[in-house]
Amino acid sequence: MAAKKLREVALTEAEYQTIVELLGRTPNDVELGMIGVLWSEHCSYKTSKPFLRRLPSAGSRVLQGPGENAGVVEIGEGWAVAFKIESHNHPSAIEPYEGAATGVGGILRDVAAMGARPVAILDSLRFGPLPASRHLFEGVVSGIGGYGNCVGVPTVGGEVYFEDCYADNPLVNAMCVGVVRTDQLKRARAEGDGNLLLLVGADTGRDGIHGASFASLELDDSSEQRRPAVQVGNPFLEKCLIEALQELVDHPAVVAIQDLGAAGLTSAVAEAAARGGSGALIDVDKVPRREGGMTPYEVMLSESQERMLLVVERGRQAEVMPVLEKWDLHYAVIGEVTPDGVLTVEAGGRVAARLPIEVLTEKAPVRTLRGRAPNPTRHRLDLDSIPAEPESVKGSLLRLIGHPNLASKRAVFRRYDHQVGNATVIRPGGDAAMIRVHGTRLGIAMTTDCNSRYCELDPYLGAQIAIAEAARNIVATGARPLAISDCLNFGNPDKPEIYWQLEEVISGMANACRALDLPIVSGNVSLYNDTDGRSIFPTPVIGMVGVIDDYTRRLEAGLAADGDFVLLVGASGNDLGGSRYLEIEHGLFAGRPPEVDLLGERAAQEYMLAAAGASLLHSAHDVGEGGMLVALAEACILGERGVRCPALASMGELRTDALYFGETQGRFIISAPSRSMPELQNLARRHRVEIQLLGMVGGADLEFEGDFSVTLEEMSRLYYGAFD
Amino acid sequence: MKFGVVVFPGTWSDRDCGRVVTEVLGAELEYLWHQEKDLKDCDCIILPGGFSYGDHLRCGAIARFSPVMDSVVRFAAHGGLVWGICNGFQVLCETGLLPGALIRNDVCEFRCQWTHLVVERDDILFTSTLRRGEVIKIPISHGEGNYFADAATLSRLEQNNQVVFRYAQPDGHVVPAANPNGSIHNIAGIVNREGNVLGMMPHPERCAEPELGGTDGLRLFKSVLEAFAELVV
Repeated sequence: MAAKKLREVALTEAEYQTIVELLGRTPNDVELGMIGVLWSEHCSYKTSKPFLRRLPSAGSRVLQGPGENAGVVEIGEGWAVAFKIESHNHPSAIEPYEGAATGVGGILRDVAAMGARPVAILDSLRFGPLPASRHLFEGVVSGIGGYGNCVGVPTVGGEVYFEDCYADNPLVNAMCVGVVRTDQLKRARAEGDGNLLLLVGADTGRDGIHGASFASLELDDSSEQRRPAVQVGNPFLEKCLIEALQELVDHPAVVAIQDLGAAGLTSAVAEAAARGGSGALIDVDKVPRREGGMTPYEVMLSESQERMLLVVERGRQAEVMPVLEKWDLHYAVIGEVTPDGVLTVEAGGRVAARLPIEVLTEKAPVRTLRGRAPNPTRHRLDLDSIPAEPESVKGSLLRLIGHPNLASKRAVFRRYDHQVGNATVIRPGGDAAMIRVHGTRLGIAMTTDCNSRYCELDPYLGAQIAIAEAARNIVATGARPLAISDCLNFGNPDKPEIYWQLEEVISGMANACRALDLPIVSGNVSLYNDTDGRSIFPTPVIGMVGVIDDYTRRLEAGLAADGDFVLLVGASGNDLGGSRYLEIEHGLFAGRPPEVDLLGERAAQEYMLAAAGASLLHSAHDVGEGGMLVALAEACILGERGVRCPALASMGELRTDALYFGETQGRFIISAPSRSMPELQNLARRHRVEIQLLGMVGGADLEFEGDFSVTLEEMSRLYYGAFD
Repeated sequence: MKFGVVVFPGTWSDRDCGRVVTEVLGAELEYLWHQEKDLKDCDCIILPGGFSYGDHLRCGAIARFSPVMDSVVRFAAHGGLVWGICNGFQVLCETGLLPGALIRNDVCEFRCQWTHLVVERDDILFTSTLRRGEVIKIPISHGEGNYFADAATLSRLEQNNQVVFRYAQPDGHVVPAANPNGSIHNIAGIVNREGNVLGMMPHPERCAEPELGGTDGLRLFKSVLEAFAELVV
């Protein structure tokens, strides 16, 4: 087989031989292209699949685990949350605006396909440092806003980080959260012989052909030539599509809904048929086109956006069409469900491709490689060589909260409509966002989290921390964490060190998921995030949702009332490894990330939920990067209130820098009225959690008496001004 | 009384306005699909926020040709209450029911944030329960909310006292720093000479419940409801 042709469809010679064996013949070009995209890493997960099986996906609230358009968990009162996170890294590297915009568009359709109404978007973004990466940053943020704002779904949260390793390979991970009545949940199973396949939405063009294969290659100088593989979004059409689907969700003639994403029609039909245990017959001549002269190959592989496949009961299509026409949507019956387990593609009355569904899906190859741990002495940290007393605690604090990685991302989220829907009861800027469910008091808390620096230093620990911290974000709002959607971003797994990272990260995640009782219900893997041989940090982004029964009892991060006591929940250690303090104040990227005591973590979280549930607290904030003092400063800035603390006595082995800026896990800053104190202490004893009184809310300064004092005004100016 | 909320393809504040009317205000509601001409006996027509027809060409440029807009124009001409919010304001300007235009924010970015507005008119139905000079807090969410009018139009607007809301500091001072989008004279909302057609960029429907950060928006809805009740009596 010509090497050039195989490279075009991103298959190896060995994979080609397997195809010939499976089919008992040589595939034609259309078939080869179809198999190529579905066997790509992006669609088949061939490298990560053996590891992914280790992740827990079951739970009493799980209605739908991995393998569908999105995962679904029950939240009570007949409602469920459908959610998923997905990467759009490579398209965004090449064409940041459209890459990010279509990333949002794709994830919205995944959630809509479950019968859910999308109610929130979150975006986890990573770039190289500014100003060098300004064009990518600007393009991606504009693209997310351009799509999300137009489609009318609020963008309520996410992350933005800047590290050298993402300079040429930014990460754009988009998460969508939707709500659905449990009895209206749809599944994308092509079932019922003779039922019709209805293609709805945009006409099909040549855009995005080989997008999935492109996502499965390293970026290099030739990537620029792949710009045509990036799709162009039309959020107005998407909005009409979502509204039409909402009207059709409980229509008995609609058997299933499937999004057309990566690998277009080929993937959509193959996956839906595989789930339904059926086959399908497609007539490409019936597919509405936006340009002439398209070959069957191009039609089957196009990744034109804003398209959905509906399976409709034969003979009942006339019942569905008025809704599609009301929303001015193009549609066409392009084929039907067959009982033979084969995907047959016809063009011009002739068979253009005929492939068993299982060859396209479950027979996709699985790769097992060999991992190798990197040299354990790299990034070694000798804490004794660093003075334990910061030169100026105040100076360090101001530099930390003014650093783009720790400062407020208001400059970003004010460019997103985060209020449309009248449901955003916790807006962006704190720990997790919260969306209320109309007609109930249910609140859905949601967040994304990953500290990829920790993961680079120790992928196993870093992955555990990503999950523990995401859960703390949720818990800090008073909501109970329910489930995870993960987006695993890695470099080229053919490198033994990267393969080792993948294995370590998934082991760490599996461990933390079990300890915290959190199933992973959907997700996505993005490998080959390399540019010219350099890999990104391992970046397992954790998207998490939680629920609170009564959103009027939610907590926010900002201090809420003068005279309240401010406490630190959780014990502190000399956890400076991988910390922002070492990076910003000492120029060091070194050490081991903090250990995660998962039992202790769980105890701290249960303590917080008990305290919040008993209405003992006025605010709660997760202690993360920058440690206790940065978290305390944020609680002041967000609440627009000062806090006065007695000087902190150094305690035993604890270093002064670690006391203020160490990143020990399992900690929160809380504030509470004095009447809550006895019960908070009782609860702490019962949950075996340490709590420490820091000070009292009031005034316009953050002050540690006798040590230092800083005004709210000065902190706010730096915290909100990092992107000016 | 009955509120009518117009739904164009691409509108997204329709259900937010609708819920405020029915669940918070407790008034009657009809959704009016853009292809229908029947206003269903509504007493106040809301043109809500969103990206009608994707805001293709210009914001609001295509929506003005919708069948429903013929009826809205006739309704307004007979003194009916028409209230354009955000994209609805843009549609009213395109339709010619209000003068001027909304152009791209001077910051060249979309802005979703809270703003303070000083109230300049309390003698129209939309602001009947507010007081002239008071400051209310309502969020904006737009990329093209920069109000512009030529000098002659602007001076007519000011002379006729048609500016209803201006972006201001929390203490009511109208200064450039309080202007989120570059609007001329800090204009956030205007009314026609007759006082029955209001256009405003901020979203009152987004602050009708304390859980969403404020209730000043509800006061506008209540103004219409109460003023209308008195009118009918």
